[in-house]
Amino acid sequence: MSDLLSVTPSGLYCEAGGFYIDPWRPVERAVVTHAHSDHARPGSKRYLCSSACAPFVRLRCGEESAISCLEFGERRTINGVTLSLHPAGHILGSAQVRVEHQGEVWVVTGDYKTEPDPTVEPFELVRCHTLITECTFGLPVYRWPEALAEFERINAWWAANQSAGRTSVLMGYSLGKAQRLLAGVDAGLGPIFAHGAVLGPTQAYRDQGIRLPPVRPVSEAPLDVDWPRALVVAPPGAEATPWMRRFRESATAFASGWMAVRGIKRRRGVERGFVISDHVDWPALMEVVAATGASRVLTTHGYSAVVAKHLSERGLDSSPLETQFRGEAEEEGA
Amino acid sequence: MKRFVRLFEALDGTTATKEKIALLRAYFEEAEPEDAAWAVWLLSGNKPKGSANRTRLAAWASEEAGIAGWLFDECRSAVGDFAETIALLLPKACGSETGFTLAENAAKIESLAVLDETGQREVVLSAWRGMDGAERLVFNKLVTGAFRVGVSRDLVVRGLSEALGVPRDEVVHRLMGDWRPTAEFFSSLTDGAPSPLDRPYPFCLAHPIAGDPAELGAIEGWQAEWKWDGIRAQVIRRNGTTAIWSRGEELVTDRYPEIEQASRLLPEGCVLDGELLPWGEGGPMPFNQLQRRIGRKTVGAKLLAEIPVVLMAYDLLESDGQDCRPLPLSERRDRLAAVVNEAGHPFLLSPTVAAGSWEELGALQRSALGRGAEGLMLKRLDSPYGVGRRRGAWWKWKLQPRSVDAVLMYALRGSGSRASLFTDYAFGVWKGHELVTIAKAYSGLTNAEIREVDAYIRANTLEKIGPARTVPPELVFEIGFEGIQKSTRHKSGYAVRFPRILRWRRDKRPEDADTLETVASLFEPLE
Ligand SMILES: [Zn+2]
Ligand SMILES: [Zn+2]
Repeated sequence: MSDLLSVTPSGLYCEAGGFYIDPWRPVERAVVTHAHSDHARPGSKRYLCSSACAPFVRLRCGEESAISCLEFGERRTINGVTLSLHPAGHILGSAQVRVEHQGEVWVVTGDYKTEPDPTVEPFELVRCHTLITECTFGLPVYRWPEALAEFERINAWWAANQSAGRTSVLMGYSLGKAQRLLAGVDAGLGPIFAHGAVLGPTQAYRDQGIRLPPVRPVSEAPLDVDWPRALVVAPPGAEATPWMRRFRESATAFASGWMAVRGIKRRRGVERGFVISDHVDWPALMEVVAATGASRVLTTHGYSAVVAKHLSERGLDSSPLETQFRGEAEEEGA
Repeated sequence: MKRFVRLFEALDGTTATKEKIALLRAYFEEAEPEDAAWAVWLLSGNKPKGSANRTRLAAWASEEAGIAGWLFDECRSAVGDFAETIALLLPKACGSETGFTLAENAAKIESLAVLDETGQREVVLSAWRGMDGAERLVFNKLVTGAFRVGVSRDLVVRGLSEALGVPRDEVVHRLMGDWRPTAEFFSSLTDGAPSPLDRPYPFCLAHPIAGDPAELGAIEGWQAEWKWDGIRAQVIRRNGTTAIWSRGEELVTDRYPEIEQASRLLPEGCVLDGELLPWGEGGPMPFNQLQRRIGRKTVGAKLLAEIPVVLMAYDLLESDGQDCRPLPLSERRDRLAAVVNEAGHPFLLSPTVAAGSWEELGALQRSALGRGAEGLMLKRLDSPYGVGRRRGAWWKWKLQPRSVDAVLMYALRGSGSRASLFTDYAFGVWKGHELVTIAKAYSGLTNAEIREVDAYIRANTLEKIGPARTVPPELVFEIGFEGIQKSTRHKSGYAVRFPRILRWRRDKRPEDADTLETVASLFEPLE
């Protein structure tokens, strides 16, 4: 019997159901886990995603995209295959895809994290026979510090920059990370501004009832603004552009799981790093794999070969899934 | 240890000199004397006398983390740094221990030198279990001998000087020579007690002269001497014993028995600054002859006869037990002449080069090679003997300023028959507190030296970046070249043409290597 899900040139495909999950080429029917660029691509005829995810898919794939929505936990049967979406805790609306056919259950995690985050639906553990998991941070050196403690460090950094007369420019991916940062910092410290790329997703979060502090666009800042008091949230890469000049003296920091490693921080030339990740770390990855009860684990994204080898040594049937996902290798919303 | 770890992180997080000095000052003011002594020791580039080998550390860490050896290697290559890999891998601390002081942890590391594998394992595991992440990183760097911070010795001295209220030159002097990091040592920095008997004075060093020497003013105000190509050294005669220190602050008394013997004829309470030179029939022998003696701890009679060594005396730093460095050079020179003439061979008085004009002196300078010298030294006659490399009073006017002292930064495997060895090196010079590459070179060392450098690289690899292995900035080499060009390929902005390794400068510390400024000053005259 062939696998319920398998990799084709267009992406991960469910032959029995006739749909793709996060395809990398335009297809008839695409189930999308979340709206990061390596998961949601424009051009497919029809999209299926969680209701919370739909506004972001529209932002990414075009207003006119044909999107049908599922509530989390709601089941839909397509050609005898039962499909449902479950919160992945990665960004707002991000989903794991559960696929059931003739009693066999597969779960595709998409990107996910299990630690608490007030801006997303909490991760839901879904039991399954076969698990397809991401491995962006699939090495035992990745173990996140407590996010609350890390946000305390961000606040302290902001306050120190204020006394030193330097504008605090905090960088994080514009969809998901930026909103988590906005929700986590102490907005009482001073005014918060954001780069244009951050504003759209932030408004979409607000529209869905996520409470975020007031944020003003940098481009509309008054001429006499006291920049050194401010926190500016910007996408990574902004630090190398002329856009930064307006702040004159600035302190830059990058919020990402990669910041756990000093060497990576140094190679990227980051002045200050905060370890805040929207992916699972190694212990959480191992926990989730065990808790799903899956006897077969296919790995994708990042350190897929390493994780598969480790799980095989632990007695699981595990191998890397050959996909085009290169992981958010030090680039995206990691 | 937590306070020292915070200092380490803070120093790592800033490139501003002022801020670094302020951090050092605050640390030295707050830390317990024993910890402060260790901090000075470690920040000056010294290592604890003890370590554990990396294979064992990797095995213990994998065991603690519950992972296989191959997975450790995967982590190591993703992280780059060995010490950091272990710090990240270990499970969270048990939290029962209140933490140890820097001195206590250093003592543990020193104890490893005399323990067997089981004993070492016990010490290291118990240390790991009582520490958090940042502390583990520092501990692991210390235990692997890879601890480095971006502060020069000069910054440490300035921080100490501010914290203790002791003048900088005095601090430099007290940090010279052999000392051990103890509470007593740290207290001795302030108590004004006389220096230990064998402690050398800081050497006075010269900058290369960039422009026309005539710009130095009237030639009558200057003393010119030949610049000899040997090993700069201090001979200290106090209380009936002799100590010979190299410029790299290595005690080399035993390596030059002829000098030690003859030093009995020096007056009591006398310190000479000079150059150890291999000296044959009436003249200097090439430097590579001296190299045959440098590496040896003890010298046999045959070598002694083949390559006799003299001390070409430049200066007198102490006479009758009194520090005479503040006296003008002209007066020190008179006293030096008296001392050296009295003692006789193998003490020679560095001859002065007399000239009525700068042109005349220039002609003599060009004859240096024929006399076995590499140029001239110019010293102001009214200048005191300074501390370190300061502008103004001393200049070196080298015949061919076409060499720089550079620090080994990374290495690649050789090709052909040398493919198994790391023989292709990249060298850097200082730009502030950072090294920037200036040259790549692969020839010039002896086979024995190549093997030694190869072993060093393997044991001290910091990161594997592609085929390259980076090493801590520790080894200094003199690089000769044909010319200097501007270059975008090197981070320094300059590239040297036809670089080759002239010699391994074991007598130099990394901070003694040349600066980008010096390289830039060599650039113009060669255009
Ligand atoms: Zn994502
Ligand atoms: Zn992704």
